[in-house]
Order: sequence, then structure tokens, then C-alpha cells
Amino acid sequence: MRLSPTGALRHSGNLFAMALDVVRSLPRRPFQAREFIQQAWFVASVTILPTALVSIPFGAVIALQIGSLTRQLGAQSFSGAASVLAVLREASPIVTALLIAGAGGTAICADLGARKIRDEIDAMQVLGIDPIHRLVVPRVLASMVVAVLLNGLVSVVGVAGGYFFNVVLQHGTPGAYLASFTTLAQLSDLWAAEIKALVFGAIAAIVASYKGLTAQGGPKGVGDAVNQSVVITFMLLFVTNFVMTAVYFQVVPQRG
Amino acid sequence: MGVEICVEGLTKSFGHQVIWQDVSLTLPAGEVSVMLGPSGTGKSVFLKTLVGLLKPDRGSITIQGRDITRLRERDLYEVRKLFGVLFQDGALFGSMNLYDNIAFPLREHTRKSESEIRRIVLEKMDMVGLLGAEGKLPGEISGGMRKRAGLARALVLDPEIILFDEPDSGLDPVRVAYLNQLIVDLNAQIDATFLIVTHDIASARQVPDNIGLLFRRELVMFGPREELLASDEPVVRQFLNGRMQGPIGMAEEKDAAQVEQELAQIDEDGPATAPAPRLLPGPGITRPPRWEAIARREAELHGTGVTSP
Repeated sequence: MRLSPTGALRHSGNLFAMALDVVRSLPRRPFQAREFIQQAWFVASVTILPTALVSIPFGAVIALQIGSLTRQLGAQSFSGAASVLAVLREASPIVTALLIAGAGGTAICADLGARKIRDEIDAMQVLGIDPIHRLVVPRVLASMVVAVLLNGLVSVVGVAGGYFFNVVLQHGTPGAYLASFTTLAQLSDLWAAEIKALVFGAIAAIVASYKGLTAQGGPKGVGDAVNQSVVITFMLLFVTNFVMTAVYFQVVPQRG
Repeated sequence: MGVEICVEGLTKSFGHQVIWQDVSLTLPAGEVSVMLGPSGTGKSVFLKTLVGLLKPDRGSITIQGRDITRLRERDLYEVRKLFGVLFQDGALFGSMNLYDNIAFPLREHTRKSESEIRRIVLEKMDMVGLLGAEGKLPGEISGGMRKRAGLARALVLDPEIILFDEPDSGLDPVRVAYLNQLIVDLNAQIDATFLIVTHDIASARQVPDNIGLLFRRELVMFGPREELLASDEPVVRQFLNGRMQGPIGMAEEKDAAQVEQELAQIDEDGPATAPAPRLLPGPGITRPPRWEAIARREAELHGTGVTSP
């Protein structure tokens, strides 16, 4: 492989071009409903369990941190409010991002990469079928839908985990914990998190598809593509997360 | 009825590495052509350029009056429906069984009913001798079967042009002979334009109407089979005889002095080997006029019957 100073730029350009192609192919008929359902099911099946298992300790860690912090400050009545806020606003989009990129994106990338090096993608193009329309669009949509649903799952499991650790293990007051839920958090926090998840799902699937479809150099090339797709997706998702959070604080008035 | 492909001054390079340059040839409609060349001379790249999967740096490829190097993506997908391509390993979709693989283009492009699709798929599977293997997955069958299934899938939309990427690689000699017979039979039956990319000399001697040879980033020669088989061009003779002495070296090419020396050493074994008899469509295949004429000529040349037993 040759390194060239314009390589990174060219890849960014190609990635962006493919994202535009995906947008352009979205309204094209016939919609690949079968592929979409299969992919949504597939992405969900590889992400649900790990997501649930990751969000329990995530919620617990937040509850532990906040529990001891609020005790030090003498603001135990706010521990519920703070942990819900933390889970809803930041933990759930981040966990969703990690899982959708780490489990969903890698699976998509490996699948498309294997097809690419076996000439299946070329064969498809020769048969007059656009792989973007036939394969990538359903995967992007599936990943977006699943990301939104996962975000809901993480929020519920995270909050439940926080409750368990705060109330059962740290002997907090259940009533106070529940009553303070809405003192800081508001409904728009949930919407913002869901929108974040939607965008994360799209980015993860597009990067994974791009890397998969441009894999070359045999089985090792597929491995490299998967590796790069995870790294690139993580970087993009964390930057996007920062930008969206900053915009959110500017747009939506905060409580208190 | 087959379509003519006209290639003009085609040049392709990856970065600074020129794959081949200034390739000009015309694949006559309905005829079988073979593109030969040592490994690594960009034969597969040539094939992918013909179907528009790769864009050439310069030159044009004209099919039915349209230059496919300048078509927009959407029109390109239309033109590609003229093509059937057999990839090296068949390029079957690994997640589908053979039946679904072969039915795939019909389901995507036509509004045929399932029963009609079934009829066409089974007909093509019969043509390539795969009846009974409909439910098998590509991973469960041998390389030869994968190639034949890939061929059936390429045939299913009744293409005007069929491209074969090394149909004989990785097959035993008997299967190669069967596959060659199948190619000739198909040409007699469907009359499409065939281009076979290979480095198997035996096939090149028996099967085609025309032979081309790619070497040293150029098309050394392209012409009727007899002409190339009788050619005195050193590269052509070395390749067709499969010997070490000549311009083609292990690492692509040799220096000129060594080539001179080696060529001088070869006892001039007379004119190039006499053209091998051509493979003719098997019995039971109705021959179109073109193949009737070829068969008559073969009979005159070699004094054999119209069909070899």
C-alpha cells in the first residue's frame, strides 16, 4: 500500500460522496423491504444483549459516583435527578454509539467486505444492480432504526441499574430518588438523545458500508477494513456527539 | 444476435503503474474471441473495464453506438444488462442457494411470475448440467460446479455479450475440456459475442475465432485464430508453445540481449505448429449457418468428419 498526502482527503471525499449517494438512492423504488427487515433483525440480534449488559454497569457506575458526590455535598435528594440526567443525556447515546459501531458496524463491514473480495459486488453491478440501492440503503436504515430503539433500551436499563445501586446498595431513599427524577431532566433530553442515536446509526452504517465496499487484498483486507471502520466510526461519533450536545444546549432552554 | 464491441486506444493505469496502453481491437458480433496473456498483464482489468467496473484513463469502448466509458452511472446499469459475466470463482452470492442465485437477475429485473422464473432457471441449469443441485449453497459445491452455476446466472437474462474470466483456472483437464465444449455449444445456441480471458493455451488453440495477446503493457496481436497460430512473432510463439526461451521471463520481461541469444538457440522447428482442429458444437446442437461454414472448413483442413466422435 502506498501512502500519499492526499490519501486521507480522497477517502474522506469518497466517504462523503457515498453518503450523498445513499441519500439520493433513498427514495428510489422498489424499496428493498425484505433486505431492510432482515438487516434490522440482524443488527438488533447482534447488539441487544451486549447493550443491555453494558448499560447495567454503566448506570451503576454513574449511580455510585453521584451517590457519593451528593452525600459529600449534602444533596442526597438530588442523586436521582443527577443520575437520570447523566444516563439520559450522555450515557445512553455513548453506549448506543459504542455498540452500534462495535457490534452492528463491524458485522455490516465484514459482510460487505467478504462479498467484495469474492467479486459478489462486481457480479451484482454487472447484473445491472446498484449495490448502494440494493445493499447499503437498507443497512443504513436498519442501523438507524435499531440505534433509536437501542437508545431507549439503554435509558431504561441504565436508569433501572442506577436505581438498584442507589437504593439497594447505597441505602438511598426510594421515594426521594423517584420524586427527583424530573427536577433536572426533561422530555426534550430524551428526544435529543434519540436524534443523536439516529445520526449515530446512520454514520456507523455508512462508514461500515464504505469500508466494506472498498475492501481489497483478500481476507486480510476485510480484517483491515473492519478495524479501520471501527476506529473511524468511533472518532466520527464522538465528535458528532460533542457538536450535537453543544447545539442542544444552545437551542433548548435548561431547567433550574 | 450478438453485439460488436469496438475498443479504441484504451489505456489504464493504477497510480504510476501503466497496466496496458493503446489497446485497440474489435470483437466481431457473434464470434468467440480469446484474450491471452501471461499472469499479471491485466487481463482481468481489461475485462472489468469492458463492463464499466473500472474507468480507463483514455480511449473508448463502443457498444451499440454508445461509448460506455462516458456513460452516466444510471445508463451504465442499463447497458450492463447486455452483458453476462462469468467471474473467476463464479462470484455466486454466498447466502443464497444455486436456484436463488440463478433466479436473482430475473427477480430483480423482470416481472415474470415465479413459475416462469422456475422454467427459465431450470432450463439454464440443464444447459450447464446442474439439474438436481438447485438447493445447494455455493460453499457446498466444487469449483467447477460454481463456475457452471455462475455461467447459468450469466445466461439467464439472455445476454448479447458473454465475458469469461479464466473459465479454466483451477479445473482439472477433463473439466476444462467439458467447459470448452459447453462454451462452443452455447455459442452455437445463443449466438452471443464471447470473450474468454485465459492463459490456457490448449483452450486458445481449439475454441476461438479470434485470439489476442496482451504482453508488456500492450496488445501484441489480435486477429483470426489461424493467423495467430501461424505467427512468427516471438512473443506469440513463445506463449503458444509454453516454452522458456523468448521475450517473456519469470518476472514479466527479459533484457534484449538474452532474448536474442535464446531465440538463436531454438532449433527452428519449422513454421509454427499447425493449427489444431477446432472444437465444434456437439451432436444434437442445431448449428447456425456460421458454425456450418466453420465445420465445413475444418473438414477440408483436417479431413475429418463433420463432428469428432
